[in-house]
Amino acid sequence: MSTAREEIMTRLAIALRDVPADETADQVPVARDYRHAGESDPARLLDLLDERVSDYRAAVHRCTLDDLGATVTRLLTERGSGTLLVPHDVPEDWHAGYTGTVYRDSANFPYPLATLDETDSVLTGCAVAIAETGTLVLDSGLTQGRRAITLVPDHHICVVESEQVAATVPEALARLDGTRPLTFISGPSATSDIEFNRVEGVHGPRHLDVILLP
Amino acid sequence: MRIGLFVTCVNDLMYPGTGQAVVTILERLGHTVEFPAAQTCCGQMHANSGYRAEALPLVRRFVDVFEGYEAVVAPSGSCVAMVRDSYPRLAEGDAALSARVAELAPRVYELSELLVDVLGVTELGAVFPHRVTYHTTCHGLRMLRLGDRPERLLRNVSGIDLVELPAADECCGFGGTFAVKNPDVSTAMLADKVRHVLDTDAEVLAAADNSCLAHISGGLGRLRTGVRSVHYAEILAATDGTLPPRTEPAPAAPTATPTD
Amino acid sequence: MTERRMLPLLPHGSGHLAPPQAFPRRAKVAVGDTQLRANIRRATHTIRDKRAHVVDEVDDWEELREAGRALKERVARHLPELLERFEQAATAAGATVHWARDAAEANRIVTELVRATGSDEVVKVKSMVTQEIELNDALERAGITAYETDLAELIVQLDRGEQSHILVPAIHYNRTEIREIFRREMPDTDDALTSDPAVLAEAARRHLRRKFLSTKVAVSGANFAVADTGTLVVLESEGNGRMCLTLPETLISVVGIEKIVPTFADLEVFLQLLPRSSTAERMNPYTSTWTGVREGDGPQDVHIVLLDNGRSATLADTVGRQALACIRCSACLNVCPVYERTGGIAYGSVYPGPIGAIISPQLTGVERNKSLPYASSLCGACYDVCPVKINIPEVLVHLRQTGVDGARERPSAERTAMRTLAWVMSDQRRYENALRAARTATGPIAGLLAGKRTPPGGPAGTLGHLPWPLSAWTVSRDAPLPARQSFRDWWRKTHGEAR
Repeated sequence: MSTAREEIMTRLAIALRDVPADETADQVPVARDYRHAGESDPARLLDLLDERVSDYRAAVHRCTLDDLGATVTRLLTERGSGTLLVPHDVPEDWHAGYTGTVYRDSANFPYPLATLDETDSVLTGCAVAIAETGTLVLDSGLTQGRRAITLVPDHHICVVESEQVAATVPEALARLDGTRPLTFISGPSATSDIEFNRVEGVHGPRHLDVILLP
Repeated sequence: MRIGLFVTCVNDLMYPGTGQAVVTILERLGHTVEFPAAQTCCGQMHANSGYRAEALPLVRRFVDVFEGYEAVVAPSGSCVAMVRDSYPRLAEGDAALSARVAELAPRVYELSELLVDVLGVTELGAVFPHRVTYHTTCHGLRMLRLGDRPERLLRNVSGIDLVELPAADECCGFGGTFAVKNPDVSTAMLADKVRHVLDTDAEVLAAADNSCLAHISGGLGRLRTGVRSVHYAEILAATDGTLPPRTEPAPAAPTATPTD
Repeated sequence: MTERRMLPLLPHGSGHLAPPQAFPRRAKVAVGDTQLRANIRRATHTIRDKRAHVVDEVDDWEELREAGRALKERVARHLPELLERFEQAATAAGATVHWARDAAEANRIVTELVRATGSDEVVKVKSMVTQEIELNDALERAGITAYETDLAELIVQLDRGEQSHILVPAIHYNRTEIREIFRREMPDTDDALTSDPAVLAEAARRHLRRKFLSTKVAVSGANFAVADTGTLVVLESEGNGRMCLTLPETLISVVGIEKIVPTFADLEVFLQLLPRSSTAERMNPYTSTWTGVREGDGPQDVHIVLLDNGRSATLADTVGRQALACIRCSACLNVCPVYERTGGIAYGSVYPGPIGAIISPQLTGVERNKSLPYASSLCGACYDVCPVKINIPEVLVHLRQTGVDGARERPSAERTAMRTLAWVMSDQRRYENALRAARTATGPIAGLLAGKRTPPGGPAGTLGHLPWPLSAWTVSRDAPLPARQSFRDWWRKTHGEAR
């Protein structure tokens, strides 16, 4: 008796008898004349990202690297966050001035889910941002930590540096490594499941602060 | 230009006034219209209901009858869409027929395409001082991409009060055999179309397909709305501000006596 | 088409794919349901306008659609090698790949995988394919509880109802009804619960929070499976997907074999087409991608079940195979005038609407699903909005033909009528005799049938009532009558005998 895999492969071969045996996948033409590049001026790109992220009702803040600690502290204070979790490689400057408890999560010393659940806020960087769609992409790389930490706490502060901003989806994907675990974030958690009306705030972080650095 | 008229079977039997209007318009513009008497039906109902084998002889017949013409015109968006969109598929597997279809199909036009694109006219000297709304039938809208050609022609009609039909691009619910295979859904769609027509306060509903109009006017009539449905060609042919009287059914049946 | 009949029979699929009664019967009930009509109408109109707006903003939409279509054609034509590549890459990345010929085999595989973990519950990401194979029922029979975590799926599950939409399975409920279901079925709610969508979303959050944090096994589907890298992709909005894909120890993903895309870069097309077509957003709130196992980050036990269940049979039909390009956006449902009036449950399949009317009969075989290809007026609105340019009307007509061809030997009144009509139309004399007969017979026949030619008070030249089967027409519309003089008679009189 053949295995399921063999049988499915046989079925597919029968089903595709009309495809010439010497045709390769690349020979099936795909016209890629859609737009790849978009806005290239860094300042205008940052403005576009600002506008598009704001459209999702996420809060966008602009500051310099020097002001970053103060900005983060202000956001945490405004929200009354007593606990902050950061990936171990986030520079301490990013939250300089914050007086609450800071958990530094690392692969060697990951906090249990229960701790993440009790943590008020999480602060990370990102790998790439997409201006046209207002999207942040995290790839578990530097300053981003593992996926769970940006998911369980109810408040996520994400820092975007100007050179991380791509204009379009194609530009963004070209900068990413598809084999890393990727999380594309476009605004806070939301749903359209009730009468097709979008409301923010379901299971993921209900509050998303995005800080744009020039 | 020598133009072959494909009047369509529905118009031949039920709506001769539409064919007459097309002839009137084209002859007024100085063109020669021919009506090859061998024409019958394009086979749309057969093909769309899944009867390909039954449709094929009608495809062949259409090609036989019309392939000699510079241009073929039909006052029906869906019949023209049948020829241009479905004939190539139906002819698949018959190389000779496919070639003939490929040669002929691009020269088969819906009336507004012939007038606007081929003959380059939008002003026909028509007079029709009535409030009219126009329904964009599905095959004209989405298969032929007629766009606003019929409305451009109507807008130039003297005295016309052309009002926009809300949700004009929504299907009226006719769909050929759909109307009888799914009568409840079809009726629900019809109800909305009727409501939109009434919302315009139009006296006359115009469209590019008498089959869709038969369905909508069947609803308008059942409800005794008093709104008249007419193919837009008949408006374009009107020079004295009136439409020909509604066609009376033919023969000598006992005269109806509304006693009950 | 003749080609297809020569092929060895490929097995069809099973599951929640065919209505127990014909569509028109179920539609009749739905059309009469006032609340359902209002709910579906409101929701579809809301999303229709939003989609149009967010698509209009993209000036290369047509180029993206064409690229999406072409990529899916590439996948269809080279599915075996792409599946092999996917399996190899996913396995190399630490995932275990399983193959399932049909629904029963997929359910068995998933059940055994869950049992092996020792868990008797799973959390689920919204997934069409697991609804198609009725996985929840299979798990329940094995003593395993499946918790739907998508808000709409949760609503349907709590109400023990049926899905009625691809993207929003609970689209047939309004906020008041959802509030009642939550109040009735959800512990920890009280009368303070309002029907404000934000409040209802908050209730769902509280209800599922502990489940997310404690459940060891998750089941998902996937929107895309990248052949080059062995990566799976899930697009979602609420974060329930991220919870399920990230927090449990074991992740089992059931993936239809048609979900393959060749390369990671190809996602650049679909990540633009799908969100705008489905939730009418520039981008959905969350998209997760994962490739096998990543140490210290997410599930450490990752399984992928590749499912056929009628897909290879669908692929064998060179016209119908384009249905496999579907990316489940549901834009076609939202613009469909039929769907708008019946909702999805009338279709009796997890795949309702125009796309369902071509997917469901192909997965099950048309013989088991005769009525769905006719559940359309062929208006073409679906084709216009489809982000991967599936010519749904073309496939509908093709499937009607498949059904008609498959029943050639059986006698049918419709076939007789169609044949007769075609015979009449194939000859000028027969045709003209028929025209004459129709005109001369109508009066007396009409008189006999209805007692009158024109309904009292009705427009001239119409009939109020006709016998079956034409009564289906006159039940709601007057019928037109043949004209006094046919066009050709007029032509002969005015222009003489032409040609």
